[in-house]
Amino acid sequence: MSAARVETWLWLAQRGSAAVLAVAVAVHLAGIIFAVQGGLTAAEIAGRVGGSTAWAAFYGVFVVAATVHAPIGIRTVLSEMTALPPFSVNAVAALFAAMLLVSGFIAVAAVYQLGAA
Amino acid sequence: MAGTASETLSVSIWRGGAAGRFVAYQVPRRESQTVLDVVTFVQRRLDASLSYRFACRVGMCGSCAMTVNGKPRWTCRTHVSKVAKDGRLEIAPLRNLPVVKDLSVDMRTFFDKWTEAGGAFAPTATRADGFATIPPTDAKRRNADGGIECIGCGVCYSACDVVAWNPKYLGPAALNRAWTLVNDARDGAGAGRLLKVAGDAGCHACHSHEACREHCPKHLNPTAAIASLKRAVAVAALKGSL
Amino acid sequence: MRAAAHRNHAAWWAFALHRLSGVLLALFLPVHFYVLASAIDGAARLDGFLRWTEQPPVKFAEAALILLLAAHLTGGLRLLFLEFVGWRDGQKSLVAVASGVAVALALLFLVNAA
Repeated sequence: MSAARVETWLWLAQRGSAAVLAVAVAVHLAGIIFAVQGGLTAAEIAGRVGGSTAWAAFYGVFVVAATVHAPIGIRTVLSEMTALPPFSVNAVAALFAAMLLVSGFIAVAAVYQLGAA
Repeated sequence: MAGTASETLSVSIWRGGAAGRFVAYQVPRRESQTVLDVVTFVQRRLDASLSYRFACRVGMCGSCAMTVNGKPRWTCRTHVSKVAKDGRLEIAPLRNLPVVKDLSVDMRTFFDKWTEAGGAFAPTATRADGFATIPPTDAKRRNADGGIECIGCGVCYSACDVVAWNPKYLGPAALNRAWTLVNDARDGAGAGRLLKVAGDAGCHACHSHEACREHCPKHLNPTAAIASLKRAVAVAALKGSL
Repeated sequence: MRAAAHRNHAAWWAFALHRLSGVLLALFLPVHFYVLASAIDGAARLDGFLRWTEQPPVKFAEAALILLLAAHLTGGLRLLFLEFVGWRDGQKSLVAVASGVAVALALLFLVNAA
């Protein structure tokens, strides 16, 4: 695929994941603001979102959307504001994506387990 | 020191090529003086070696564009009273283009990018065909009309930070031009042009700083044109026609 | 500063904030995942960390993060509007509204968490 077509699809992925994140972040922000009432404990988190497949699915989608969105954004910032060559920029973005995906899903599993124990 | 306008302007003008320095000149202040008047005074009375461009001097041709106190402007349409609040003026060549000498820049990259963006009209009819009948209220015609007044002065290109950060970026003027042609029902370059304006040298590099719209002396809106190009390119990609 | 005079307008500041908040959030995200993932071995470590976050300076930092998140979200919504709905002449007002909502959300968190 030509560079122009690749960039077009990356742009679409960036905007698409942005739309998903807009919803997910809104839900998340509401949750944080109302949940963190004078302190937060693991038990509170477990009670609120632990052990629930629905919440795990929500956070799973959240992780995937963030994994698409953040590395594409970082890729743009690196290519415009550093002297790194395109290959390095793409490599950093890809590694970042892999790291987010793996650690994100471990986090989702960990929080799910908190409530299932 | 309160209230009175100084009788002399302290003017700092770029002299040299890419390497050079600002040189100070004292210019008498006059009523209704424009920055172009100031530059002309320096060249005629103080230093004949100063190089600069102008043509119409009435805000039609765009030749006199320079950086005035940090902002790209048409010097013939910039009143000194509006910009030299403390009696000081700093005049430099347009940003983002190679400096030939003093206040003159090499506009070739600017116009080359115009071509690279598919900025040339591709005719589909001959003189034997009748006129194309396009009502002025037609939506696409209105899109085109919104951008066709561009005279290629380079102010938007000079104001754009993405142009500064990304040497390949086609820039607001070229992309605005491409958008007017995408909307021209008589034009035949269609899908090929969309591919030319896609990518990180094209519309996708725009981050909507809106510096182009802020500074355009003709009040055009390349930001809107580029956002529309993004939409058109995305639709084409999704349809498989890019 | 004269060299940056061409940047002193609303949309440029919106871009700068959007980019800065994006980079800072991208740096924060791995930390966030790491902390939550520490619960995989049981709640104790997570609880320890959560207790640490109850100190006022950390709560302020969290409020700052909320501000960054809200700013990035509202700035992003402005861009999605511009790119998918199209130009409307009240764009500068959109910037103002976006900033206002972001600040409001951050303050709401701070007030609630205190």
